[in-house]
Amino acid sequence: MLKRMKPSVAFITVGLVVFVVVQVLLSVGLLNNYWRGIIFWGAAITMVSLGLNLIYGFNGQFSLGQYGFYAIGAYASADVTWRWVRGDPSGLVVVLAGTLLALGLYVLLSAFLRRFYGVTVMTRFAFYVLATILAFAIAVTVAVPLLGPVFTAVLGVLPAVVSQQIVFLLALLGGAALAGIASFLFGIPVLELGSDYFGIATLGFTIIIKVLLDNTDTILPFPEMKGARGMIGIPQWTTWPWVFASLLLVIVVMRNLLHSSVGRAIVSVREDERAAELVGIDVTNAKILAFVVGSVFAGLAGGIRAHDLAFLHPQSFNFIQSFNPLIIVVFGGLSSMTGTIVTGFFWILLLEGILRLVLPTGFETWRLVVYPLILLLMMLLRPEGVFGRYEIPFLRRAAPPLPSKADNDGAAKGGVPQEGAA
Amino acid sequence: MKGRPEGVAAEIEARPVVLEIDGVTHFFGNLRAVYNFDLELHHGELVGLIGPNGAGKTTVFNLVTGVYRATRGSIRYKGTELVGLPSHEIIQMGIARTFQNIRLFSNLTVLDNVRIAYHPHAGYGLVDSVLHTKRFREKEAEMAAEAQEFLEIFGLGERRNDIAGSLPYGLQRRLEIARALAANPRLLILDEPAAGMNPQEIDELMDLIHFIRDRFDLTILLVEHRMRLVMNICEWLTVMDFGEIIARGFPADVRNDPHVVEAYLGRQAVEIR
Amino acid sequence: MGQTVFRPAQTGVMLKRRNGIWLNRFSQGLFVLLGLLVVYVLGRAFFQNPSVFVQQVLNGLQLGFIYALIALGYTMIYGIVKLINFAHGDVFMVGAFTSFYAVATLDLHRWPAWIFTGISDGVMMLIGTVTVIILTMAVSATLAVVMERFAYRPLRNKPRIAALITAIGISFFVEYFGALPFVFTNNYITYPRPFELSVFSAGMIAPWIIVAVWVFFVISVIAYVWLTYLSRKGNVQAQTWKRHPLLQFGLLFFGFMAVVLTLTGVEIQTGGKVWDLSASNVTLVIMGGSILLQVLLQYVVSHTRLGKAMRAAAYDKAVARLMGINVDGVITATFALGGGLAGAAGVLYATAFKQVHHLMGIIPGLKAFVAAVVGGIGSIPGAFVGSLIMGQTEVLAAGFISTPMRDAVAFSLLIVVLLVWPQGIFGEPPAEKV
Repeated sequence: MLKRMKPSVAFITVGLVVFVVVQVLLSVGLLNNYWRGIIFWGAAITMVSLGLNLIYGFNGQFSLGQYGFYAIGAYASADVTWRWVRGDPSGLVVVLAGTLLALGLYVLLSAFLRRFYGVTVMTRFAFYVLATILAFAIAVTVAVPLLGPVFTAVLGVLPAVVSQQIVFLLALLGGAALAGIASFLFGIPVLELGSDYFGIATLGFTIIIKVLLDNTDTILPFPEMKGARGMIGIPQWTTWPWVFASLLLVIVVMRNLLHSSVGRAIVSVREDERAAELVGIDVTNAKILAFVVGSVFAGLAGGIRAHDLAFLHPQSFNFIQSFNPLIIVVFGGLSSMTGTIVTGFFWILLLEGILRLVLPTGFETWRLVVYPLILLLMMLLRPEGVFGRYEIPFLRRAAPPLPSKADNDGAAKGGVPQEGAA
Repeated sequence: MKGRPEGVAAEIEARPVVLEIDGVTHFFGNLRAVYNFDLELHHGELVGLIGPNGAGKTTVFNLVTGVYRATRGSIRYKGTELVGLPSHEIIQMGIARTFQNIRLFSNLTVLDNVRIAYHPHAGYGLVDSVLHTKRFREKEAEMAAEAQEFLEIFGLGERRNDIAGSLPYGLQRRLEIARALAANPRLLILDEPAAGMNPQEIDELMDLIHFIRDRFDLTILLVEHRMRLVMNICEWLTVMDFGEIIARGFPADVRNDPHVVEAYLGRQAVEIR
Repeated sequence: MGQTVFRPAQTGVMLKRRNGIWLNRFSQGLFVLLGLLVVYVLGRAFFQNPSVFVQQVLNGLQLGFIYALIALGYTMIYGIVKLINFAHGDVFMVGAFTSFYAVATLDLHRWPAWIFTGISDGVMMLIGTVTVIILTMAVSATLAVVMERFAYRPLRNKPRIAALITAIGISFFVEYFGALPFVFTNNYITYPRPFELSVFSAGMIAPWIIVAVWVFFVISVIAYVWLTYLSRKGNVQAQTWKRHPLLQFGLLFFGFMAVVLTLTGVEIQTGGKVWDLSASNVTLVIMGGSILLQVLLQYVVSHTRLGKAMRAAAYDKAVARLMGINVDGVITATFALGGGLAGAAGVLYATAFKQVHHLMGIIPGLKAFVAAVVGGIGSIPGAFVGSLIMGQTEVLAAGFISTPMRDAVAFSLLIVVLLVWPQGIFGEPPAEKV
């Protein structure tokens, strides 16, 4: 029956069913806290992996940096809400004002730089970094005293439930935006390097972020994050509707992007970068776009996860963990969104959820021996991944319908002389 | 030294200048790949650049399309300086090229290969892409229809949903040329289009080149080292060896030029019809 | 055909642009300022307490020599199969553990004493340690060859990502298999040194030793300069002798030894304060061993047929095959050599830091890879120079910026180098055939 519907209708139908079923199961209590955590975790990992799917599977840039952006989104959004529930709007103001100012400055800077030729990548990088520093400096010094009371007042007027959702939304978006800004700045100089070096640079980025997370209370001025001991006291505001909506947003945005001319440009860069450049595609732009969008997905996932766990620990963002999305994407099929989604959930639901319960205590130590073996077998036997290039109809890039055959003067007259044998 | 031979018809001389390469020299480190290269193309000409392997022909192309930045000299397209511009901008100005070894987007469909060339002029932006607005859908339909028509001109209409890499070699070559022409360039650079073809295929290629030149109002610069194609199709030739121009003129004259014959060691002479 | 929709922008529309050269100069100025800031911080640290600073430099040197052995493996393997062997750091780890078992469980470092009962302690330790190192190198070389044979070779013709993922997979597998209770366990294990530690500082080294080392160094330098002069004048004999491994070993070994021994053995005073520098025989063993192994490797690469085959295969595998070179065998040999060196590095590292752990290979492995990139991946002298730089950067950062930031600074070095100098110090810019 599903097959006979239009793909988008089928997708919406299935989505609604899933939403309702899970919501009911949660409300009734058939899915306890453990499973709730597993499902939410699976959704978060899937979002991060979809980001990598975009960056690596569709754009061809080998990135190991997703967890760095996951961490940025998690910690940033967590800090905003942590402060908010303790009556401090400064986190919220800084993140929002800083982001908006930075974006505004970026637009101005981009227009300004366009008027010059011969501007090197490092110059571009330097200017954008300066703009970012300026934006956040203004946000911290000027916006907080000015807008802080405004936010508190306005949101204080609303009923607590409403204001909580608003603040949560803003925190999530803010975290994702910060991840996007970080990836934009990092990407400007680094995307110029070839795919291999880019991968190593992103790995370095993840390690650096981890070190910074360990030192949030010593080198960085965030005592509430408590460095390597982990941040606690984050309000647990993530609910199933939020998780579902975020995941849905990521899937739809990614799908829409890939099904457009921009998406074709992104994929052409993976296919043959030099040829794409010589067909008029601004390759650098395409790479940065894919990288930023993929990182924003990871940042959003981080926010969701942080407000589910209610605590954050730098150890969960170390670079060994950062291979998880890579394994998921490669296993599921690099060029398949469907594969990434299925594998993401499968990974968490089955391997972490079920196996942890079913197998004896040796599971902890053995799982990291078994995972790589599975991966190695995959590489030897089916390197294109379980799903290869398969997509469910909604996600599949369909051939556009033929124009009407009324005007058929194209083929016969003025056509290329036909060949004999090719 | 002028970038054209003497004796070209006055009517052609009068046409606007499309491409000017002026005193271009290019070094790769200490290796001099191109030395003092001049070329002046007028609108509608079909001109050849020949020479033995390693003479620097493809380097000249790469310099024009911005793959390398010329160490010295100037390259102007319709008066605008190209040296220093990024490749994609040069292409967007109306120059297109094909490659020696076909560089299609092999995992994408035939239709997508053509549609990618439309991207710089897609007519909608990022927001439209993400939200799939009405403007997005309209422009997408337009581009798809346009691409379909275009493919049919090249006899690839039936194959629009085939994966480019699965096409037979001859059709891949055609698709590559189609893709290059999709964004309506004014100058087309063909880099060894006859690579790997037998004489009959070369004859078909010659017809194709004449066809596209007339149909799309192009100026064509052709690099080849297969004499059969070059001698029969090019209005005039420039001959390179070791990065320098060694001869320039009409096919009949160039064929007998002793420098040219020596550069080729007479091997290719038997191929000339 | 109506072509009205997709006509490209007319050239006249291109905006008039100004030369952005002043923008570039401005940003270069910024980066220079940053560099000056770093120099200032270090300079201030130096002047405040010169002996501590120089001590850190010595520590950095020691670390750099260990990294060099690991980096060589990365650079050779990348040079020949264009693969970043993520599992290389784990070969290093296995080497460390192998020597642990040899020393702690089997007491192998004392074997000369079992056979020659009257042997002196010093000689016994020397021979015993060397044996342990050689044994470790054999084991780790075998491991590397096994990895290559069963995991990398089947993927030779598959897309690069498959090999990369496989390398990551092998790395994890070796680490966590090693964490199993019946293998290495996941504890931090104290490592017993195969020889006694003896620290020496000012006044503890007989002056004649220092003088002798300097004399040897100066002789080597004179010989090198003389041979360079001769070879410039066209003397072919001189050209080959100039690259003789013995000469290279002499230059490097005596050079570094001279510096270290002078700094530690001679009493240096600045402004009335005596410098309190010390080194230990561990440092000397590490430097000596590392230099020796590197020189041996350089000899293999430049003076043997295998080495020539390796260079040919690194340049162009297909052509090498056509020349009759057994490329598969060469690749295996490369992995074996790289693995052996990594194993030796493992022993030296464990000896220096007295601890082994199943995850000990990851970070040093990555840092060694960064070092190889800094020096120019694919270049053997580059791996050495890059590692020295890496070691210094890491230790100075740990000492004078802050200890937790050492890893962050190390990887920032990678990013900085990739941005400013992507081919590395000795590397060649990547060539692309369009």
